[in-house]
Amino acid sequence: MHGRVKIKSTAQQEEEKRKEREKKLKIYVAARDACFSKRKEGVWDEEALQLTQQLLSSNPDFATLWNYRREILMHLETVKDEDEVQSIYGSELAFLESCLKVNPKSYGSWHHRGWVSARLPRPDWARELSLCDRCLSLDDRNFHCWDYRRMVVKMSGVPVDQELEFTDRLIGSNFSNYSSWHYRSTLLPLLHPESPEPPSPCREPRQSSPPPSPQTHSHRVCEEQLLKEYELVQNAFFTDPNDQSAWFYYRWLLGRAEREEMISCVYVSRDEERVAVAFSRPVNAQSVGLLLVLDGQPQRVEWRSVHPRFKHSPVWICDLPPGTINDVTNEHNLTVHWTEKHTHRDCALYTGRSESWCRDSATDQELFRSELSVEKTSVLQSELQSVNQLQELEPLNKWCLLTIILLMRALDPLGYEKETLAHFQTLKAVDSMRSAYYSDLCSKFMIENTILKMEYAEVRVFSISDKNLTTLCHLDQLLLVTHINLSSNQLQRLPPQFAMLQCLEVLEAANNAIENLEGVYHLPKLEEVVLKNNKISTLSDLQPLASCPKLKRLDLRGNPVTQTANIESELAELLPSVTDLLL
Amino acid sequence: MAAEDLPSEFDVVILGTGLAESVVAAACSRVGQRVLHLDRRSHYAAAWASFTFNGLLSWIQQHHEESLPEAAPDWSSLLQEGEELIYLSGSDSGFIANLQVFCYTSEEDEEEEAAPPADTTEEEKSEQEEKLEEEEKQEKLEEEQKEEPDEVRRRTSNPVALKLIESLNASHLVQSQTDHTQGAEPEEDQPHPSVTPSQPEPRKKISYAQLVKEGRRFNIDLVSKLLYSRGSLVDLLIQSNVSRYAEFKNVTRILTYRHGNVEQVPCSRADVFASRQLSVVEKRKLMRFLTSCMEDTEEHQAYKERPYLEFLRDQNLGENLQHFLLHSIAMATEDTPTEAGLASTRHFLRCLGRYGNTPFLFPLYGLGEIPQCFCRMCAVFGGIYCLRHSVSCLLLDSHTNRCKAVIDSRGQRISCSHFVVEDGFVGADRKKVATPTRLLSRAVLITDSSVLLSDSDQQVSIVTVPPIEAGSPAVKMVELCPSTMTCIPGTYLVHLTCQASGSAHQDLSPVVTKMFNTPDSPEQGERPSVLWCLYFNMADGSGVEVEGHDLPSNVYVCSGPDGDLGHERTIKQAEFIFHKILPDEEFCPPAPNPEDIIYDGESSTATGEEEKQEQEEEQEEKQDEGKQEEKQEEEEQQEEEQDVETHEEEQKEEKQEASE
Repeated sequence: MHGRVKIKSTAQQEEEKRKEREKKLKIYVAARDACFSKRKEGVWDEEALQLTQQLLSSNPDFATLWNYRREILMHLETVKDEDEVQSIYGSELAFLESCLKVNPKSYGSWHHRGWVSARLPRPDWARELSLCDRCLSLDDRNFHCWDYRRMVVKMSGVPVDQELEFTDRLIGSNFSNYSSWHYRSTLLPLLHPESPEPPSPCREPRQSSPPPSPQTHSHRVCEEQLLKEYELVQNAFFTDPNDQSAWFYYRWLLGRAEREEMISCVYVSRDEERVAVAFSRPVNAQSVGLLLVLDGQPQRVEWRSVHPRFKHSPVWICDLPPGTINDVTNEHNLTVHWTEKHTHRDCALYTGRSESWCRDSATDQELFRSELSVEKTSVLQSELQSVNQLQELEPLNKWCLLTIILLMRALDPLGYEKETLAHFQTLKAVDSMRSAYYSDLCSKFMIENTILKMEYAEVRVFSISDKNLTTLCHLDQLLLVTHINLSSNQLQRLPPQFAMLQCLEVLEAANNAIENLEGVYHLPKLEEVVLKNNKISTLSDLQPLASCPKLKRLDLRGNPVTQTANIESELAELLPSVTDLLL
Repeated sequence: MAAEDLPSEFDVVILGTGLAESVVAAACSRVGQRVLHLDRRSHYAAAWASFTFNGLLSWIQQHHEESLPEAAPDWSSLLQEGEELIYLSGSDSGFIANLQVFCYTSEEDEEEEAAPPADTTEEEKSEQEEKLEEEEKQEKLEEEQKEEPDEVRRRTSNPVALKLIESLNASHLVQSQTDHTQGAEPEEDQPHPSVTPSQPEPRKKISYAQLVKEGRRFNIDLVSKLLYSRGSLVDLLIQSNVSRYAEFKNVTRILTYRHGNVEQVPCSRADVFASRQLSVVEKRKLMRFLTSCMEDTEEHQAYKERPYLEFLRDQNLGENLQHFLLHSIAMATEDTPTEAGLASTRHFLRCLGRYGNTPFLFPLYGLGEIPQCFCRMCAVFGGIYCLRHSVSCLLLDSHTNRCKAVIDSRGQRISCSHFVVEDGFVGADRKKVATPTRLLSRAVLITDSSVLLSDSDQQVSIVTVPPIEAGSPAVKMVELCPSTMTCIPGTYLVHLTCQASGSAHQDLSPVVTKMFNTPDSPEQGERPSVLWCLYFNMADGSGVEVEGHDLPSNVYVCSGPDGDLGHERTIKQAEFIFHKILPDEEFCPPAPNPEDIIYDGESSTATGEEEKQEQEEEQEEKQDEGKQEEKQEEEEQQEEEQDVETHEEEQKEEKQEASE
């Protein structure tokens, strides 16, 4: 019948499409080859600009062509006057915009745009900013655009408050956006800096302050603004408690500035004629300019970390030349200078004493209110209340539980110990994929609590038996401990950090699953090791013990290694100092 | 053209250009059926139509001069042996009743004369209408000449408009429209109103004369509905590619009327996050409810038959959330059972976020666009269109009880295998209708500002108004801003709909006087003023079924619009009819791209050219928004020339030429 509509068959359509594709490919390949040969010949003309444009508009991820294009543009810069260059770059920007429409996440296009914008004689940053806003409104998580936007903001000096409003807007339309929250965390300290620091004695002088731009990081935010931020972020995690981005931002809000770098402890032992130095964070003592002054005389000493595995370590030791301090009738004054940080710590070794130390204890430093800030307790208390309220509504939300634990630790780690443990149990149940992580975290908190208890008791005995420990940490805080009891936990190893326990005499670690003793290494005072019921299976696993010169008593009952043939004679050979062996 | 020009044989003859009829027409034509689509009226879309202000005035006029049904001429001479005649109803105006018009604005611009007393009753108005009659007649003449003059104008593109395309890009596009226009569109193109509601007081009221003068920029729907973004109409538009003929705008806000105030209902995640009226605990409870209600639980089962309100109460949500969930999200009443309440809540939520922060879309230039889009698809595949052309009777084969042919209003016998008819054309004696006949109450207001002021004056809002007192109906209100291309800058077009219990005025004027300033409002508050309003009742189409009438088995009745917000019922009905006609064919498969269409019979060069033109036109449509400017210019030009024909016309003529 006349006028009936017929539709081309699929085969017809396919055929047409195939032909079309072939034709396109031919043109593309020809243009590409032309470009390559022109570049080889070093031709930088308008035609090449045309050719690359044609290719890049269909494939904006062709990096070589962008390079060629830049070469051409740089050449044109040398032969044209400023107005011409401006117009060339202007059309370049228009071209790039069309490329970004093809692929808004093309590395090549964004990079080239950054390059062009930077070279433009009279850049129009407002226009660039509005382009970014348009792109981000299409996809608010396009990190290419975020990167470019940061550059635009930096170049054009957009006021910080305007940028904060920008993040308000993006968070308002979709708060699952790490980029926005993070940007906020860089802007707030600039816009609402923490009111003048409470006087902290050995604070390094502030560097000449750089012009406030969103790119520079400062530290903290004033309390008034913090309260507003708490409210904002609470709205987010009450709306969707499973969204991580808000929780992470919340953690940042609750967090505190990095710890000051300092020497936290100097220990000196007369018997070993050895000095141990602990730092507030791992350093490389060989490169930071550590200087030991003994009775006014700088000493040439060799600093070494407690274990050869560590290039960076919070604890460093050195041996004094033999005979320097071994006479108990002498008094000595030691000073360790950290020249790089303009800080130092003194330590006096009095007559008749075999050892001495000088330090800031963990309690002095409020070390373990670690993750969270030292904001006013009342603020943290009210935060805890509202997160508890959320937990009542969402009893199985892991982010909520974790945040409660952190808040409790910030408020009163020992007082909330029982609740914390209960929450950890729930966490392991609801997020079984991460149960090992929670076990480790819980171990860390238990160790912190035990350290606090030890500090309050002012003893050098560290006892943490039967607490389901899966890992050891904060060992640098145990530098002075003489007696450690780790019995009945779930430890699998004594890690290299264990070598920081330079004063250790007795190690009790019965009923664990220890199979590795790497960290029992060069412990000068170690005399007794109880490893009953562990999983040490070969003699070579016991090798590290051989480095401890004073080891006398060793309990290996209930370890597979005891089944080894000739075990007694082998051990006598490996550990000649041991006199009291239990197998 | 003369009636004799029509071919005498079709597969399907369809009378009435409402939504269901148009969808059936498109679906049949798409799979190769020969379709003749007629409407007695001079406009497309029947009760689904959108009118210019002046067009609406003449529609009102028509319904006032209730014309006597013409006695149908006796066509029995055309009968062949074994045939019977069934006459169709001569009048189709039965679905409109209780029309009342009020004009509260001054008649002329204030500069010219002092404002007359605001209230103008209907009678008083007649005088002024006479004044307009000249003008209107002129308009009507024009309209008659070109069938659908505004169709061309309507198709001018709007940069903020959305093409409804199922793709990632599209959903981005929609999100973008709230704040930014896409691409490099010049901002000036945006039809932003020159008069903003936030203008310092006293603002100048737009006069009646101005409404009339700019009347062509109004597109006033008789029906007020929205498209659920995952509803069956949107799915159909996408599936069939009919979406390429229309553009849409997101409804931007869900509002509710509560304690005498208009409040925004937070329903998307972003809304809940940003809401200032909810406490954080309420936020959690709401979000949790919205997530948990998506899955059927034992608890849901237990409440199945009991009222949804009871279920909500037992969720300990608090009064705020209960109100939002019941009235605005489920759009239920206090005695809706839980099963239905949950179903509509889920539907609402499923639609959320597909194209924006609310579940609803509204077509630019009004709802009357949608049936026309389907007619257009039908025409592209060879359907023939005639307006002001009706079927006066059916020819029944007495043996088979099937309709063999129809006789059109000009006495031509046209044979067909199936006949689809809008229920208005079926005589009451043959129609099976739910008794008592259900009616909808409708009001259309032109106001001077939005019911809830916000940063943007281009908001499209749906407002749910729970019964303002015991026994009064729940009202759905849709407020359209000028960027929907349905009203002029400085005005808002407000549609109110509810199930009728009395006349439209009785049902709706209490809500209007409470929420707006009218001379009847007890006190004049900070509310939008009504400039002009229209009340009327129309039949509720949900009372009419496809089958079960005293009609031949191959005659299918399409019902008119119902009172629901969505289009589910109508689309389901159209699909049902289609499968009755063609049980083995696919319902609205994707239309091919214009370049993949081959037109048969390209022997005559003249038609060939035309067809080419058509293809070009189609292709042009496909072009992205980059080409909009040109297109717009081109179309404006066409508009000036005044003698352009619509696509359908073109196609129709072409077919007729071809058949000669």
